[in-house]
Amino acid sequence: MTTDINAEFDITNNEQLRYIAAQAADARVNVELETEGMTLNIGPQHPATHGTLRIVARLDGEQVISAEPIMGYMHRGYEKLTEVRTYPQVTTLINRIDWVGSFANEVPFILAAEELMEVEAPPRAQYIRTALFEMGRIANIMLFLGDMAVQLGGVTAIFYAFRDREFVLNQIESATGGRFHPNFNRIGGVKDDLPAGWIKETKSSMQKVRDFCDEMEDLVVGNEIFQARCRGVGIIPADVAMAYGLSGANLRGSGVDWDLRRDADSPLAWKDLDWKVWTHPDGDSFSRYWVRLQETREATYMVEQLLDGLPAGPVMAKVPRIIKVPAGESYVQTENPLGAMGYYVVSKGELTPFRVKIRTASFSNMSISPWLLEGVLVPDIATILASLYFILGDIDR
Amino acid sequence: MNPLISSFLAINPPYWVDTLAKIGIGLVAVLLPTGALVYLFLFKMMSFMQSRLGPMETGPYGQLQLLAEFGKFLQKEDIFPSKADRFVFAAAPFVVLVSTFMLVLVLPGGPDTHFVDLNTGIYFAMAVSSVSVIGILMAGWGSNSKYSLLGGIRAAGQLIAYELPLVLSVVGVVIMAGTLNMKGIVAAQADFGVWFIIPQIIGFFIFMVAVQAELTQPPFDMPVAESELVTGYLTEYSGMRFLLFFIGEFATAAVFSAIGATLFLGGWTVPFVDINAEIMDYIGPLVLAAKMVFIAFLIFWFRITYPRFREDQLQRLAWKFLIPLSLFNIVVTAIFKVVF
Repeated sequence: MTTDINAEFDITNNEQLRYIAAQAADARVNVELETEGMTLNIGPQHPATHGTLRIVARLDGEQVISAEPIMGYMHRGYEKLTEVRTYPQVTTLINRIDWVGSFANEVPFILAAEELMEVEAPPRAQYIRTALFEMGRIANIMLFLGDMAVQLGGVTAIFYAFRDREFVLNQIESATGGRFHPNFNRIGGVKDDLPAGWIKETKSSMQKVRDFCDEMEDLVVGNEIFQARCRGVGIIPADVAMAYGLSGANLRGSGVDWDLRRDADSPLAWKDLDWKVWTHPDGDSFSRYWVRLQETREATYMVEQLLDGLPAGPVMAKVPRIIKVPAGESYVQTENPLGAMGYYVVSKGELTPFRVKIRTASFSNMSISPWLLEGVLVPDIATILASLYFILGDIDR
Repeated sequence: MNPLISSFLAINPPYWVDTLAKIGIGLVAVLLPTGALVYLFLFKMMSFMQSRLGPMETGPYGQLQLLAEFGKFLQKEDIFPSKADRFVFAAAPFVVLVSTFMLVLVLPGGPDTHFVDLNTGIYFAMAVSSVSVIGILMAGWGSNSKYSLLGGIRAAGQLIAYELPLVLSVVGVVIMAGTLNMKGIVAAQADFGVWFIIPQIIGFFIFMVAVQAELTQPPFDMPVAESELVTGYLTEYSGMRFLLFFIGEFATAAVFSAIGATLFLGGWTVPFVDINAEIMDYIGPLVLAAKMVFIAFLIFWFRITYPRFREDQLQRLAWKFLIPLSLFNIVVTAIFKVVF
């Protein structure tokens, strides 16, 4: 009797394919070692996921046969909520997407709205925006630099990270009034000018961030155990990284020289600065950590350059008091701390956006995890997830 | 019997009084203050290294923190997971703690200050230290949780692997001292002129690494790896039983430090003082405690500096590096012993 395989199994049905793969994996386990596979639910409440991410892993002893992330436990419906809020109100919502580098969330949306309204913020506002954007990046990635060590068992680094992150957060707070949720961007500029003495204080805090980076290089990067745990673990080749749509340091860690700050045409002040895009050819967990460390240090120099070259002038362009965005569509994406973040804004000429689609970096970065986690050991799950660096709010928004 | 105790009682006590006194002194006078001291010292030390404040509010300089935590854990609900093996689950922390208590027995604090003076003291200590593996395996299996099971199995594999370098590192000391008796080892160090840490520096290094692994502390904390296994075999424990494990961890660290101090740092002796002087019975325990705190400091210094190994790297370190190194150490020690 002949059966057409394609008739029984729909090879385009992913769920069915996964089921078959799991069955085959179980059979393999049983034949070779006479052991049973085990399904381990990592999360939704689990220390390794720092949020509510659930990973269903099928294990053979300590080896992962297949792992699948299940997202959506933290979905807050921001895309829909923006449709019932006026444009200035939207920033209050969206800076809660990636809550540790929140200033950067506001910028692409505001840029998209400005593009539709054909308003350009004055140069001083663009410089302030860029400086705060980079400080948001520093505050975000500093947390990663400590957190990665915690995931590998070295608890001390996270305390140093929290301690030195305060210097940056204090500066963000004194300029914007909000430590985590600045809500400082306006269509056509920023809310206020910088307070007196802020530039000098910020420069000294940038020096402290650089000291922190040196400390991490000693404590974490130079550590033999850290290197043994990270080098060669979770290797993403450049073509796979591109295929899965990775962005940010995950992509640059695979040796792809792509940074929207340099490559995209943005009204922000990056084009006036002298800086370098860091890449690492290895594509493993270590290279992702290393790239982020270098980026943090680079960002401190960028902030200093921005503050040195701060142009004089107003911080707000002339915009109407009641903002109605003309009908049209625009998509703006920027290089956020976690990777490329974009807002697709559709306007019908009303007070509120008609539709907003948010492209967040962590969602794409997370999508590679089933491919990456296959065949690794259980301890490497923590390493790989930590090195991909996702914020749960950024996955589920 | 310690002359101290005899003079207190002013009689020659019968055996059962003697035994009860030893148990009472062992628990109340030795273990609790030592554990509290080590705990406080290490909490403060870790806090300063990690740029935190540590316990501040409870008593002067946070001294009563241990009491506060004791009270906190007492109030917590004692949870048995459904389908757990209740007897095994409940007994596991006691098995771990018993192994720690039995280690204290053979520690000498002075020429006459000791609980038991076994001729095979160090042999006994190495043997009972392995009992804790059973407790941890019981906890891992009895909890009926996948995380606990993985943690328990990891712990068993790790403790068995590191038992060997631990024992082999002690062999060098035993060869040099020519005795298994703990007091004999201390006396041999006094005769030798320098403490055994100088000639047995390799042995000391292996001993420290193995102790770190025996305590399942970073960088060898795979069994409790909180970022992967929640807390491994401790996952399902709460309240008093968790506290027992927690005390066991610190007390075992203290006791292993004391053993290390006895083997490598000259025990209760101080240079230029006759080791059998009567005053050593009184200051000997204090000297030993000071040396113990120093070694505990080293253990916890490593603990908070290093990230953890992966399971396979940990086994490779034990079997491919530490065991050959300790065998080499034994051979070299034996050659020196024969030649000189």
